[in-house]
Amino acid sequence: MSDFSKPSMSRRQLLAMIGTAAGSAAMYQAMTTLGVAQESPYQGPINLDGDPNGASVLILGAGLAGMVAALELRQAGYNVQVLEYREKAGGRNWTLRGGDTYTELGGFTQNVEFDEGHYLNPGPWRIPYHHHAVLDYCKRLGVRLEPFVQVNHNAYLHSMDAFGGEPQRFRHINSDFRGNVAELLSKAVNQNALDEDVTGEDRELLLESLREWGALDSDLRYVESEHTSEFRGFGRDPGGGLTGVPEPSAPIGTSDLLSSHLWQYLSTGNLYEFQMPMFQPVGGMDMIGQAFQRELEDLIRFNTKVIEINQSEDGVTVTYTDSNDEGETETATADWCICTIPFSILSQIENNFSGPMNNAIAALPYAASVKFGLQMRRRFWEEDEAIFGGISYTNLPISLIGYPSTDFNSGGKGVLLGGYSWGPYAYEFTSMAPEERVRLAVEQGARIHPQYNDEFENGIAVGWHRVPWTLGCYGVWTEETREEHYPTAADFDGRVLMAGEHISYIPAWMEGAILSSLDAITRLHERVMNE
Amino acid sequence: MRYPMQLVSIGALFALGTTIGAIAQEDSDPQAQEQAMEEQAPTESFADPERFVYEDGEALYRSACQGCHMPEGEGAVGAGEYPALSGNPMLEDPAYPAYVIIHGQRAMPAFGQYYDDEQVAALVNFIRSELGNDFEGDATAEDVATYR
Repeated sequence: MSDFSKPSMSRRQLLAMIGTAAGSAAMYQAMTTLGVAQESPYQGPINLDGDPNGASVLILGAGLAGMVAALELRQAGYNVQVLEYREKAGGRNWTLRGGDTYTELGGFTQNVEFDEGHYLNPGPWRIPYHHHAVLDYCKRLGVRLEPFVQVNHNAYLHSMDAFGGEPQRFRHINSDFRGNVAELLSKAVNQNALDEDVTGEDRELLLESLREWGALDSDLRYVESEHTSEFRGFGRDPGGGLTGVPEPSAPIGTSDLLSSHLWQYLSTGNLYEFQMPMFQPVGGMDMIGQAFQRELEDLIRFNTKVIEINQSEDGVTVTYTDSNDEGETETATADWCICTIPFSILSQIENNFSGPMNNAIAALPYAASVKFGLQMRRRFWEEDEAIFGGISYTNLPISLIGYPSTDFNSGGKGVLLGGYSWGPYAYEFTSMAPEERVRLAVEQGARIHPQYNDEFENGIAVGWHRVPWTLGCYGVWTEETREEHYPTAADFDGRVLMAGEHISYIPAWMEGAILSSLDAITRLHERVMNE
Repeated sequence: MRYPMQLVSIGALFALGTTIGAIAQEDSDPQAQEQAMEEQAPTESFADPERFVYEDGEALYRSACQGCHMPEGEGAVGAGEYPALSGNPMLEDPAYPAYVIIHGQRAMPAFGQYYDDEQVAALVNFIRSELGNDFEGDATAEDVATYR
C-alpha cells in the first residue's frame, strides 16, 4: 500500500516530515515564545514566618495574582486591602454563562443565552499536570477538578486545501504518518544509509523498534492490514456473532499525507504544556476565582478604577474613582503595594515610578486573541462522530474547535469552543461586531461539521483587545525586551512590586500569575522583616 | 521627513474616488453589489494567518485597527483607553502614525510584520483623511520604508 519510495516526495517534504517525527522543532520553537518548557518551581504552600507588625499592603487587581497575595499576606499578619476595577474577582480567570451580559469596548453588548450548566472560558481553559501552584490552590480552596481532554485520536485534522476539504481523523493521519516514517527509516537502515550513526546491535534494535512503533509488517512495510487497523481504526469495526467480521482500513497515500500539511498538528499534544492528563474545574474555570473571592470578600473593594499611584519614602497612595462614575476621587494608602494591573493599562495610569520602571511598563504589547462559544441543540460530535472532548485543528480562521470535556454522552445540548485564534485572524475577528464574529465561526465550523447548519442555537465571541479591563490577552515579551526590561519590571520600585502573568516566564498561564505573586510577596516579606 | 506637495492632489483624488464609488453604489442593484462584495470577501479577508493582504486603506483599517480604535475612530475607555484617531492632533505629521503602526507603542502591538510599506502608507492616508480628519499631505511607501 505504501508508496513511500516514490520519487514524487521532495527533499523538502521529507525534511519537514522527519522534523515532525523528531518532535516538531518548529512547533516547539513557536511554543517557547510563550516561555514554556520548564517545570513550575512551586514548592508547596508559602511560609511567611515572622510578625510584620501591622504593616499594610495595598493590592491592585483581584485576579489570581492579586488574590494569592491577599490570601497569603493576610494569613501572615499583614493589613491587606484590594482594589478591583470590575464588579467581581478573578480577572482573566473568567467564565461566561447563560444570563451573563458582557459589554466590550465600543459598547457592543452580548447577552449570553447558554442553557444552564453550559459555559465558555474566554481566558484560560486547561491546567497542565505540572502547574503545581494552580493545582495546589484548587486543592486548598476546594475547587473540584475533572479531566480536560486535550488529545483525542477521533477528533479531526482539517485543511481547506487537502482531501477536498474533508476533515480527517487524527488517528488516521497520526498512524499513517508514523507508519510511513518508520518504513522509510527502516529502508534507510537496510540500505546501510545510516551506518555512520547506527552500528552493530543497535541496527537490529532500531529496526525492531520501528516495526513496533510504526505498525510495520514482517517485511517492514506499512500496509493495509488488521495490524495497522489496530492503530488507525478499522474500515468496519469488529463486532459479534455472524456479522462481526472486521474489515481493515486503507492507509492514506504518502503523497496525499505529506501535501496535506496535517502532520503539523500531530505534535501539539506532545508539548509539555499540553501533555495529558490536563484538568479543568468542574463548572467553569472561574470556579477558582470564585473560591478565592469567597475567602477574601471583605478585603476587596470592587468597581474601583485606579487613576494615580504615588509613593514616598513612607508609603504608597493610590487615587481611584468609581469604575462606572468617574466623578469623585478617593484615596487608599498603605506601606506597600502589590500592583497586578496589566501593563497595557498601567502604562496609562499617572504614577511616580522610576524612569526605568516606566520604560519597562511601556515596553510590553498585549497579544490579540479571540474565542467563540457556540451552543448546539444536540451533541452531534458525540452522537454522530464519536468525538468525546478534545480538539479538532483546522487552517480555517477559527483555527480549532474544542469539544466540551464534561457531561459526556449525556444526550443534551453542548457548547463548543467554536474557535480560538491568534495573530492577524484574531485582529480581524476582534474588529467585527460580535454577531458577525459568531456568524463567521458558524459558517466556518460547518465546513468541518455540517450539523452546525441545523443545530446551532446561539453564540458569543470574546476578542481580547476589546476586554475593557485588560486591553489585550497577555503581555508579549520578546527575547530583547525581556532582557532589557524584565529585571526592572520584576524588581522593587520603591515600595511597589508588580505581579501577574506578565511578571513570569509562563506568560498567559494562571501558573505564571500565581508564581509571580508568590515570588513578589516572599521578597516583600523579607524586606519588611529586615526593616 | 518631507512630504512632496503633489501628494496632496493624490489625496484629493482618493476623496473623489470615494464619492464616485458612493454614487455608483446608489445607481446599481444593491443585491448585485452585496453579492459582489461577498464574492470578493474570501479572497481578502482572512487571506493569510501571518499578514494582512488588503491594499485599500479603509479595508486595512476595518480589518484590524477598528478592533481598538473603533469604527469611527472614536477610541474607547475602560480601565485604560484606546486613543481616538478622529480629531487627534498627533496625526498631523504622517510620520507619527506610520511609526506607531510599524513599531507599536506601549500596549499596542507592532504591525510592521503584517504590512508592507504600501499598506502602511494606505492606512496612514486613510486615518488622516477619513474618520473625521482632514490633515494635509500624504505618506508614500518610500516615506514609510525610512521608518522601519
